Amino acid sequence: MIGSLVQFAYLIASGLFIYALFCMNDPKTARNGVTAGVAAMTFAVISTWASVALGEEMQVIQHLWIIVPIVLGFAVGIPLSQVPLTAVPQRTALSHAFGGMAAGLVGAAEFYHWIGSDPGQLTSFKTGALMAEVLLGFLTMTGSLMAAAKLQEIKWIPQRPVTYPFQNVVNILLFLSAVALGLLLIIDPIHAPWYAFPMVIALSLAFGILMIIPIGGADMPTVIAILNSYAGLAAVAMGFVLDNKLLIVAGALDGSSGLILAIIMCRAMNRSFTNVLFGAFGQVQVSKAADGADQKEYKEESMEGASQVLDQANLVVIVPGYGMAVAQAQHRVRELYDQLKRRGITVKFAIHPVAGRMPGHMNVLLAEADIPYEDLVEMDEINPEMPQCDVALVIGANDVVNPAARFDKTTPIYGMPIIEADKARTIYAIKRSRNPGFAGIDNELYFNDKTFMLFGDAKNVVGNLAKQLAESG
Amino acid sequence: MNDAVDAVTGTVTVAYAAVGSDFWSLMFVLLLATFVGLGVILRVSRLLHTPLMSLTNAIAAIAVVGAIVVAGDQEIPDGIRAMGAVALFASMTNIVSGFLITNRMLKMFKQTRTDGAKK
Repeated sequence: MIGSLVQFAYLIASGLFIYALFCMNDPKTARNGVTAGVAAMTFAVISTWASVALGEEMQVIQHLWIIVPIVLGFAVGIPLSQVPLTAVPQRTALSHAFGGMAAGLVGAAEFYHWIGSDPGQLTSFKTGALMAEVLLGFLTMTGSLMAAAKLQEIKWIPQRPVTYPFQNVVNILLFLSAVALGLLLIIDPIHAPWYAFPMVIALSLAFGILMIIPIGGADMPTVIAILNSYAGLAAVAMGFVLDNKLLIVAGALDGSSGLILAIIMCRAMNRSFTNVLFGAFGQVQVSKAADGADQKEYKEESMEGASQVLDQANLVVIVPGYGMAVAQAQHRVRELYDQLKRRGITVKFAIHPVAGRMPGHMNVLLAEADIPYEDLVEMDEINPEMPQCDVALVIGANDVVNPAARFDKTTPIYGMPIIEADKARTIYAIKRSRNPGFAGIDNELYFNDKTFMLFGDAKNVVGNLAKQLAESG
Repeated sequence: MNDAVDAVTGTVTVAYAAVGSDFWSLMFVLLLATFVGLGVILRVSRLLHTPLMSLTNAIAAIAVVGAIVVAGDQEIPDGIRAMGAVALFASMTNIVSGFLITNRMLKMFKQTRTDGAKK
């Protein structure tokens, strides 16, 4: 009886999860999605709890062991949800780590429980699913922790990609040995050496770290999406282990979401999965950039001059990038936006899919600054308008506006679709320093005849521009 | 030698039993859920990719179901249950922070300015 009720609750929860994601197709309905998701999760937790407490097997249950972790989860989860929006990529990576850890630990717990008391449960099929769960869970955990540390710019974690000879060979061998040990356990879980299972865990943990260290900051949007997908797949594997369809549905939704985001990110950089994961993007071409740098000169513009040109414009397109997030400049950008709007100037934001450090990063920051989402325009829609644009204001964006992507076959970003800021009549680029960007590539745009640089912290520069405009009008 | 053969055939028999109707119904669920997922996610507004990620984060914390089963069962030795309890804590953290931050972000998305552009 209770079994059917639980299945019914799981069925409803599965439906609500799908509905929750369905609501995300429009910002107007999106918040219903959160409500549906919360309802689904409440159903799932309460019915599972009830099933272990009231199940036919009449297990003795210790509620304290459930209540304490739940309370602790709230205690940590609430502050984690209040982080500044610029820290959202780190928070997301950290929660992938938590998700991976949860899946891995449940897998390990099930394995040791069964091998100790009920080895008959460890059929080849279940052990296989268990290995997948543990492998994916633990590699997601350490991989995501590395990604979070890189995003948080923790000092002893190298920001630039770390590479060494035969790196990919080492990584693949490591992964294959984890798989081989897993196979050993699948063939005969009971008689396999005791160290086989801990070794699988250790190798997964190590592989997670080694997988992420060669990946640079510019690739983080893709990597976060891939790790998102892995966390979902670990939940799917857990569903197979525990014979639980709700886990499979929720895990598959998460897995497909991560997959689609990763594909969108890869397309936006004109790169393949393998290239992102094994390509060590970002440490290339440094010597070339150094060669060319001393011959080219930046043209600078004063705040007064820039604000006068902005004042005369009809269409201003603002191209935000990671630099805007780092400088926390979004509220100053809103002030500038207000000043321009007051003059009847059309202002649009050109959002490149990989601007920032995670998918949709810029949209959230600009929404936080109370900029209406109607003015946030995708790359494909804004590019045809760029020739009519009077001023393109590039705020902390670099590779996503680099015209070299169109013609320079030697640059690592060759073929990447870009926001065509160079087609605007005048380009102002705000840049923190004179060094090349994150990917270590010189930006052709900065040396364009129509481009003028505004050096300085994005927050100050944009604030100054807004102030100049406010005083003049 | 015979033992080994027995062990292998035994495993195969058990495996065969396990890969019965249960396995196949789970595979069907996986297949359908994946395609539903792809279909639904492809329609998600690009504006909302960050909140989407934190929402799916919270949804993937459905691992909480497995963690509750492990943590609550007194027949399981304490050391193993401790793993379940940590997993339960981690999933619960993801659920709480995932839903709260998604809601917080979504509140910010407004179609038009509400407080006027006078500031």
